[in-house]
Amino acid sequence: MVSTYSQPVTPWSSAGSSSVDFKPGTELEPRTYTATRLNLVKYAGASGDFNVIHWSDRLATKAGLPGVIAHGMYTMAQAGRYVTELAGGDPGAVLEFSVRFSAMVAVPDDDEGATIEVGGTVAEQLDDNRVAIDIVARQDGTKVLTRARAVIRV
Amino acid sequence: MAINPDYAGRTFGPSAPYEVTRGKIAEFATAIGEQSPLCFDTEAAQAAGYPDVIAPPTFAIVVFTAGGSIAVNEPGLGVNYSMVVHGEQAFEHSRPLHAGDVVVSRQTIELIKPMRKHTAMTTRIDVETVDGEHVFTARNTLVERGE
Repeated sequence: MVSTYSQPVTPWSSAGSSSVDFKPGTELEPRTYTATRLNLVKYAGASGDFNVIHWSDRLATKAGLPGVIAHGMYTMAQAGRYVTELAGGDPGAVLEFSVRFSAMVAVPDDDEGATIEVGGTVAEQLDDNRVAIDIVARQDGTKVLTRARAVIRV
Repeated sequence: MAINPDYAGRTFGPSAPYEVTRGKIAEFATAIGEQSPLCFDTEAAQAAGYPDVIAPPTFAIVVFTAGGSIAVNEPGLGVNYSMVVHGEQAFEHSRPLHAGDVVVSRQTIELIKPMRKHTAMTTRIDVETVDGEHVFTARNTLVERGE
């Protein structure tokens, strides 16, 4: 598996948010998500973002990239699934969500694609049953989302 | 050609109205792998207190792409799109988008910042229903890489 955590990781399940301990400082169990070329093609169509760097190796290379890279918003959407699950499976409970794209996610043209690991730490408890979660996403140990934070209602 | 700094401070819009549909929400949720029934099943969404199926939080970018990215298509702005990467993205939702929403967006270019080789452009997009109810505000920083 992956990264080392300074504190024991709190297990949680998609059954609901009740099993999650939202005490500040709590490290939340990471999840892994996949980005294949097929995922990017579907995402391009669904989002309307047809930038060539997300589907053409030829044009991505011409633009100075190593090859096709994932849409930043695809990676953010995977982190969005993570926080949605934390919010008891309600996408409407994700009130605020911000990220910085700190590295590109290269997506090889093979069956496995890229693996994105998303983890989180409870940052603070806010009023109105809201909780701020700090998120980190990594590909092969490299942080691809930093300064990422979601405010969810729990 | 780099991004024209003269466009900083300009506001574009309102966009043409964009209608959020059940089909588009389901397509987007499927594309990102979101399996929440609240995105697919109207009865489940209504049981949870929503008027209809709701969009995942990052669906908001679809509204931006469909109706709000007016500035990026502005020829005088000079964005070379194949050299653009996404720097930062933020959303603040007053409530989730749901099927049946008809929304318009306004986009303001807050900052165009030339860096050593690259140029960063931060825009704010405000999205409300055609009836004037605020739905979300997004902030978006694009980086155009230099040659």
